[in-house]
Amino acid sequence: MASRPELLAPPEIFYDDTEARKYTSSSRIIEIQAMLSERALELLGLPDDGVPKLLLDIGCGSGLSGETLSENGHHWIGLDISQSMLNIALEREVEGDLLLGDMGQGLGVRSGVIDGAISISAVQWLCNADKSSHNPRLRLKAFFTSLYRCLANGARAVFQLYPENLNQRELILNAAMHAGFAGGIVVDYPHSSKRRKEFLVLTCGQRSVNTTISKGKGEDGDSGSDDDSEEENQTVSISDRHRPRKKQKKNKSGKGREWILRHKEKSRRKGNIVPPDTKYTGRKRKDRF
Amino acid sequence: MRLLTHNMLSSNIKGVTNGFPLRIEAEKVVEKVVEMNADFLKKMFEKIDWKAFADASRAMGYAELPEEADSSMLESDEFLQRYHHALLELHLEEGALICPETGRRFPVNKGIPNMLLHEDEV
Ligand SMILES: C[S@@+](CC[C@H](N)C(=O)[O-])C[C@H]1O[C@@H](n2cnc3c(N)ncnc32)[C@H](O)[C@@H]1O
Repeated sequence: MASRPELLAPPEIFYDDTEARKYTSSSRIIEIQAMLSERALELLGLPDDGVPKLLLDIGCGSGLSGETLSENGHHWIGLDISQSMLNIALEREVEGDLLLGDMGQGLGVRSGVIDGAISISAVQWLCNADKSSHNPRLRLKAFFTSLYRCLANGARAVFQLYPENLNQRELILNAAMHAGFAGGIVVDYPHSSKRRKEFLVLTCGQRSVNTTISKGKGEDGDSGSDDDSEEENQTVSISDRHRPRKKQKKNKSGKGREWILRHKEKSRRKGNIVPPDTKYTGRKRKDRF
Repeated sequence: MRLLTHNMLSSNIKGVTNGFPLRIEAEKVVEKVVEMNADFLKKMFEKIDWKAFADASRAMGYAELPEEADSSMLESDEFLQRYHHALLELHLEEGALICPETGRRFPVNKGIPNMLLHEDEV
């Protein structure tokens, strides 16, 4: 399996001029991103009144996702951290306005003015700490809190993402719920390892709206099923939100042993040299002062 | 960047309590003609901060917007034309956006504002 780009380099480095051009010249990528964006737009559930909306495209890259929004008659503002990707968007003469920015620093957008947001294949990048000053949890928090603030009441945000593992999905979902969003995950083609796609659908404002979350595509059919993973054949819905939060044991510094072990493991997987885990790892220390 | 976007942006530097509106320093403004959609303009009217919008349009060299506006004006075609032009057809191509509280400059190149914060601003 191809390695995940998020693990190779920070996004503004990974998406350099060469990669940005490569990404945007692949007809396969163009087609997939358009399909994902079309589906995300559908999941936004915008009123069918023919009036153009003002939308955000977070991690808009070279504008492949935004083009779908334009084709559907909407105005959009795209944010991306890679100048190279934005340069290609300029070359493609996208209709949206572009901003160079880091979603992990929070969005500088006024309250309640945005009708909806999409983000296609981008948010998983926030789960990595690319600099020593980066704390994924804080960056996710800054992002979701600011997103919640700028959305109009009842507006939705739809994220197509490729979480690396369950922890990552949980991390993202938790940050979103903490910020006040209601919502859950819609899985399209859960039976197919190739076609399977995950969308995080969040609603701002009206809390606990279980019923409005759309069903995933190909959920109960046998369409496109190429393996038999039984356990994942259902849309995870908002009910997740009410599950009691796992309380972590915390030591004085605020980080529990579990947290430390998890992070050491993650760091090891990235090839870093990390001290071995012992019974002393993350133990409670005596107060000295 | 169009004034539509400018009207939504605010500086989110740590500690800034009112980062809106960002002051515009225009070095180069370009115009791109787009079709007018009256329904969109009417819907947006509720969200636009008019004072900031009118000031911004003047900073872009367009002085045809009234200082104040109320929704009854949306009945006038002439008003809609001007509102449309300022909101969607003027683009800040080169220049800067200035945080009203700290004076921090966010440069705008090739129409793209650089809103990246330094580490001590987060
Ligand atoms: C796989 S591309 C997707 C681009 C576009 N949405 C599309 O569908 O083609 C992921 C994009 O997310 C952007 N990105 C990653 N981390 C980001 C961050 N912290 N802030 C803003 N953009 C980010 C990358 O620069 C890249 O352009």
